Amino acid sequence: MKEHIFSFPDAWKFRIGMTIDDAVKEFSRSNKDVLDGIRDVAIDAIQGVEGILSSIPWFLLILIVMILGYIVSKKIRVGLLYGAMMFFIGAADLWEHMIDTLSVVMVAVMISLILGFPIGILIAMSKRAGNAIRPVLDMMQTMPTFVYLVPAVMLFNTGAMPALLATVIYSIVPMIRMTSHGIIYVDKEVQEAAIAFGSTKMQALIKVQIPQALPTIMTGVNQTIMMAMSMVVTCAIIGAEGLGLEILVATNRVELGKALLPGIAIVIVAIIFDRLTQGLIRKKEVVE
Amino acid sequence: MDIIEVKNISKLYGMNRKEAIKMMREGSNKEEVGKKTGVTVALWDVSFKVKQGEIFVIIGLSGSGKSTLVRCFNGLLKPTSGEIIYNGKNIKSFSKKELLEFRRNKISMVFQNFGLMSHRNVMDNIAYGLEVKGVSKEMRQERAIEMAKLVGLEGWEDKPIHSLSGGMKQRVGLARALANNPEVLLMDEPFSALDPLVRKDMHFELLSIQRKLKNTIIFITHDIDEAFKLGDKVAIMRDGKIVQVDTPENMTTNPADDYVKNFIESADKTRVVSVKNIMITPACLIRENDSARNAIRQMERNSVSTAYAVDANMRYIGIITIEDAIKAHKENIKLFDLVEEDNYTVTEETLINDILTCAAEAKHPIAVVNGDRVLKGIVSKAAILSSLADNEEN
Repeated sequence: MKEHIFSFPDAWKFRIGMTIDDAVKEFSRSNKDVLDGIRDVAIDAIQGVEGILSSIPWFLLILIVMILGYIVSKKIRVGLLYGAMMFFIGAADLWEHMIDTLSVVMVAVMISLILGFPIGILIAMSKRAGNAIRPVLDMMQTMPTFVYLVPAVMLFNTGAMPALLATVIYSIVPMIRMTSHGIIYVDKEVQEAAIAFGSTKMQALIKVQIPQALPTIMTGVNQTIMMAMSMVVTCAIIGAEGLGLEILVATNRVELGKALLPGIAIVIVAIIFDRLTQGLIRKKEVVE
Repeated sequence: MDIIEVKNISKLYGMNRKEAIKMMREGSNKEEVGKKTGVTVALWDVSFKVKQGEIFVIIGLSGSGKSTLVRCFNGLLKPTSGEIIYNGKNIKSFSKKELLEFRRNKISMVFQNFGLMSHRNVMDNIAYGLEVKGVSKEMRQERAIEMAKLVGLEGWEDKPIHSLSGGMKQRVGLARALANNPEVLLMDEPFSALDPLVRKDMHFELLSIQRKLKNTIIFITHDIDEAFKLGDKVAIMRDGKIVQVDTPENMTTNPADDYVKNFIESADKTRVVSVKNIMITPACLIRENDSARNAIRQMERNSVSTAYAVDANMRYIGIITIEDAIKAHKENIKLFDLVEEDNYTVTEETLINDILTCAAEAKHPIAVVNGDRVLKGIVSKAAILSSLADNEEN
């Protein structure tokens, strides 16, 4: 009797782990063509971006970053600092790895923005859609990443594609949340004014709500980029190439120096992304 | 001719509305109903008629339901029961398209906090209503410029909204509302967020525009002075119900109950506050034989730029500015010869309201004298304006 009180009764335990595995495998087998199709498109996109990035001479890319840095901050020394930081990545022999990482991150961010923006608007416009989608967002943010890395690999094999999927799942959430938040919290009288002057719902959305929400939405874009950057090492586990993989390999060999340099490179890329997008947000906010 | 007729409008918020309606019919008040059923009664059985071309003012304290009521006219809110008849048509029966057309052509609104779109400049804000209606760009810009001129914003068309003062923002709000050439203008406490002097300007502006365009205006306010100044008809609201609808004159002579009476008596403090309450003793007095040097020193010590000249019996003569005193000192002129004779004086009993305009223009604090022209004190522009500000808070 005692064991039934202090431990959960054996008879009531279920074991569905295997069943889930089988179901996913079955799904992957029966939808092989579709999944391969998706995978090919995604890989093409990543390789396309990679192609573009690697076709830019390294010094030109540094120059572009320097100019952008100057534009958003209006300070020459900021531009110079960004340039020096990029130069460091090249000097540490990590340039190609950075391009690999950037191409996955950029494609993931683009997908997150393209999907996240309309979903965010949907949540803002429809209470019912919000009630259905919000728990899913909570789950996407709190579910440990490794849990969905496994099915991603089961469906798409290892490599850039499951990395892309995992990154999108993680980084799309802030885009959705900030978009809906920005639209819901547009000044009430401004929203009323849009309606009172005879806007259709669509006109109110496009002419008033989205432009008014833009600073918040831009914060979402910034957060999405940051989240995508933070997935780089995790994605290396399932075979995505780039800075993350360097860190992973070095960690396995307990080589601090080799892990540290790509680590710094990730920080540099993240900081530059962050400052450039933040600068754009500030420009928008000045208009407020 | 009645342009709008409100018939028994009620608006209730909450789940248990049936029970609340029953309680209200049995004569419970709003508070009891709220406590017992959790339902908020925003409006209860409101009826009145608005004539074509009149300014109909709805006045009430916050929570009296006036903002809810004004939003029922253009369908921003839908009444729980009752109907609003516009030119013989029931607003409730409008289809989606008809409602859109109604808002685009017949009725427009001015908001308390302006409701301007900060991502658009003045011109594009004014033209917003025309834009959603599909008016071509040239036509709506032409109209926007015309409207900007009407409200006194000529030359500001390309300016961003954040560069405008509060008064100018509300002018944009007004221009935007007028651009559609609406028959009815809803104004939800449009001048509450403005400071008193600007508000007076806006009253004047609104009245002159209304006389020109002959729109019907439904004007919401919590300020009885504003209501009586603007309103052809005034409706007083309390706890979601109309207490009295009448002309300002009739309301003053025949208030329906003590609530209305108190409301009217609470009228603008500036009408009853006199100069005596806000005047101060002048920091710097000049007598006939005072030297210019002494006068300068006194003015400097008290950091003022004017001194008040009096004769031996404290009778007021005029003002001496520090510039004149310095001039007298340098050129060795007798100080009293440079006194600017000052004919604009007030008495202690003068009401602040009566000297507002003069105070705004006066270069120096105004002298307060009694019947024998004996100087009693001075009243500064700052004191007058801050007495208005106090009035605001009350």
